[in-house]
Amino acid sequence: MTAAVAAPLRDPAAPLLDVEHLSMRFGGLVAIDDVSFQARNAQITAIIGPNGAGKTTVFNCLTGFYKPSVGRLTLRTPGGGTYLLEQMEGHRIAQHARVARTFQNIRLFPRMSVLENLIVAQHNKLMRASTYTLTGLFAAKGYVRAERAAVDLARYWLDRIGLSPRADEDAGNLPYGAQRRLEIIRAMCTEPRLLCLDEPAAGLNPRESAELNDLLLFIRDEHKIGVLLIEHDMTVVMKISDHVVVLDYGRKISDGTPAEVRSDPAVVRAYLGEAEEDELPPEVATDLQTIVKA
Amino acid sequence: MVAVAQQTAARPAMSLPAMVKDAAIFAAVAFTLALPLLGFRIQDKGSTSFIETRFGDLFYAVLVLFIAKLLMSLINAGLARPIALVTGVLSLGWIVVALVNPVAPQYQVHTWFTWLVVASVAIRAWVVWRAEATAARGVVAGVIGGQDSHGTQIGHLVARLGRQLGPVFFLIALVMPFYAYFADDKRLVDLGVLIFTYIMLGWGLNVVVGLAGLLDLGYVAFYAVGAYTYAVFSVKLGLNFWETLPVAGLMAASFGVLLGFPVLRLRGDYLAIVTLGFGEIIRIILLNWAELAGGAQGIGGIPRPSFFGLQFAPSAPEGQTTFAQFFNLDYSPFHRQMWLYYIILLLALITNWFTLRVRKLPIGRAWEALREDETACRALGINPTNTKLTAFAIGAMFGGFAGSFFATRQGFISPESFNFLESAIILAIVVLGGMGSQIGVVIATIVLIGGPEWFRDLELYRMLAFGGLMVLIMIWRPQGLLAHREPTITMNGGRAGARAK
Ligand SMILES: Nc1ncnc2c1ncn2[C@@H]1O[C@H](COP(=O)(O)OP(=O)(O)OP(=O)(O)O)[C@@H](O)[C@H]1O
Ligand SMILES: [Mg+2]
Repeated sequence: MTAAVAAPLRDPAAPLLDVEHLSMRFGGLVAIDDVSFQARNAQITAIIGPNGAGKTTVFNCLTGFYKPSVGRLTLRTPGGGTYLLEQMEGHRIAQHARVARTFQNIRLFPRMSVLENLIVAQHNKLMRASTYTLTGLFAAKGYVRAERAAVDLARYWLDRIGLSPRADEDAGNLPYGAQRRLEIIRAMCTEPRLLCLDEPAAGLNPRESAELNDLLLFIRDEHKIGVLLIEHDMTVVMKISDHVVVLDYGRKISDGTPAEVRSDPAVVRAYLGEAEEDELPPEVATDLQTIVKA
Repeated sequence: MVAVAQQTAARPAMSLPAMVKDAAIFAAVAFTLALPLLGFRIQDKGSTSFIETRFGDLFYAVLVLFIAKLLMSLINAGLARPIALVTGVLSLGWIVVALVNPVAPQYQVHTWFTWLVVASVAIRAWVVWRAEATAARGVVAGVIGGQDSHGTQIGHLVARLGRQLGPVFFLIALVMPFYAYFADDKRLVDLGVLIFTYIMLGWGLNVVVGLAGLLDLGYVAFYAVGAYTYAVFSVKLGLNFWETLPVAGLMAASFGVLLGFPVLRLRGDYLAIVTLGFGEIIRIILLNWAELAGGAQGIGGIPRPSFFGLQFAPSAPEGQTTFAQFFNLDYSPFHRQMWLYYIILLLALITNWFTLRVRKLPIGRAWEALREDETACRALGINPTNTKLTAFAIGAMFGGFAGSFFATRQGFISPESFNFLESAIILAIVVLGGMGSQIGVVIATIVLIGGPEWFRDLELYRMLAFGGLMVLIMIWRPQGLLAHREPTITMNGGRAGARAK
């Protein structure tokens, strides 16, 4: 990025995240081995790969839950600034670099209401508005206004996923599919630059899965943020992602558009492995079928 | 360990060797902590004193804890039902046996300790068993949080009633001393003061345990810090109660942070053990710090509170008036008692106001979110360190205020007043009341502090009956009497509104 190219019209798909030579070792186990890829604004970047390939570990490195053994994780802001995520603590990554995530096994605050879950997501903003509790204690105007704005943001997202009527119920009482969607909009309430979703479609029925696709496309197209998506369901990946990164045994084996990845022999081989096709675990077999068919 | 049920229920099952290892580590930590507390005892025999070792008792205690921890792991591994049945029958059966055939005094401590541990395991097993049964019936997540519609309805009812009965309770509390004054019932005011002291402590600890979900077994330490700060400042520097109160609160809050730092990473049982140790350490420091804290003798002659400069005394020194003279009354010790009552009532109400208010602020919501899921909090940009430390500090501050009050009420304090039993009582109030419930604390205090007064006729069996009652309540409602939580902010006019639609 030289000064001469600093275009007046900002490229909507500007680079957002650079992962360079990321490695993560647990004792002797190499969970990620020298992986590099890029994610862009207003694009859905899918990370796929067999079980244990290291997908969740990439997320954990990005969001500060693990400290990478080697590698550089650079997040770019629209203003031209950068954050080196590998040097930041988890909560600061969420607060300052604005990387939000969901978890493979849902992590809501089950005994708090749906709305409260979304208000907690706006913690730092509200903390400042309440002058770290001092003026908030006495219901100062500024805080009351900020809280109302926070509710409005929550309502905006709840309307989007059709959960507004259940806003005051305990999050733990929602059906599974609704919990998945709630976790996603809770992450969106932090107003992130990069949204990392760990298998959001797991356990959803086809109708819920279609709704999820709409939500993700809405986030990409209307909010123009980058989305990193870990997904096992190949139909979803092929349909909505702009860019696919394939991991296998911690290594990146392919990287490109869905069409490119689909026809990459390395990917087919990775999903086939050494095994005979009829010995494959059912999950992988269906994945493979969809790839070959699609 | 009911308080940590929510956290531990989600733990994945371990293999048997892992369980044994876990229990061994647990026992080793307990051993290290208990060695100085239980292992040695200074005995006085006439003019000589010598150190008596009590390794037998120590090993016995550690062994019981080891087995209990192992059972806890097995409960999580799916054996909740058989363990609940066996330990439940054992602990209930023992009560019956003890009633028929009292335990010999030399075995009493051992038996009580064992019984308490077995009963705790029984309760825990019961909770997990019920949670599993509920989950099996197809209810997703949040299982322990009292999904039984029966309990929720009670909670609902009390919450609704609470809003209307609150002012009524408040009025009763306000006029009660006058009733006692005219009925000449001094014990009633004393009991009122005692109850409100514990209500305030319960509300203070509720911030730490109920809201932030940090199981603190050493809360009495902050009570002690507040009391000693007040005693030292008033006796040595001559400051009055209201001047010292903020200092005592601040001092206790600093100790809260001091305790908070090392335990930030600990959860559940381990947090409980370390906070318990902290409480004991503070007590032992006070016991040995002769110059400042007076050692075992404590500090006496602590100034009693005055009514805006008017002393409560039969006669005043030259040039001063007493309260009775000023208002043209006959002197009565009742006056001071009533004034103390109103001070603690005010302090308790401030604590309540603060907690209710802070629950609706980002920091309060962050505490509750932290209790629910610390990992998710971090992913949302909440700093767990600061959030936990503020919870410890604020909880400690209210403990410190209550401690100051205790010192001025007693006029004399010594380390004996701040032993583990106090922490246990305050924690019991919070857990029994339903963690996080303000009105639950009030009801639990009346039951726990007022209760033993009513059971006085049972004499020796008082504590037994009382412990039995508590066990029954925890079996009946493991989430506490009033574990009903109203959302701190609503969109559709609350749950009732949503349901009506
Ligand atoms: N904290 C950890 N300690 C040790 N090993 C770990 C840790 N976290 C992950 N691993 C290992 O790293 C490898 C990659 O795990 P990861 O969870 O990233 O896989 P994944 O691609 O997300 O798989 P899945 O599709 O099953 O979610 C696995 O072998 C796993 O056992
Ligand atoms: Mg994973």
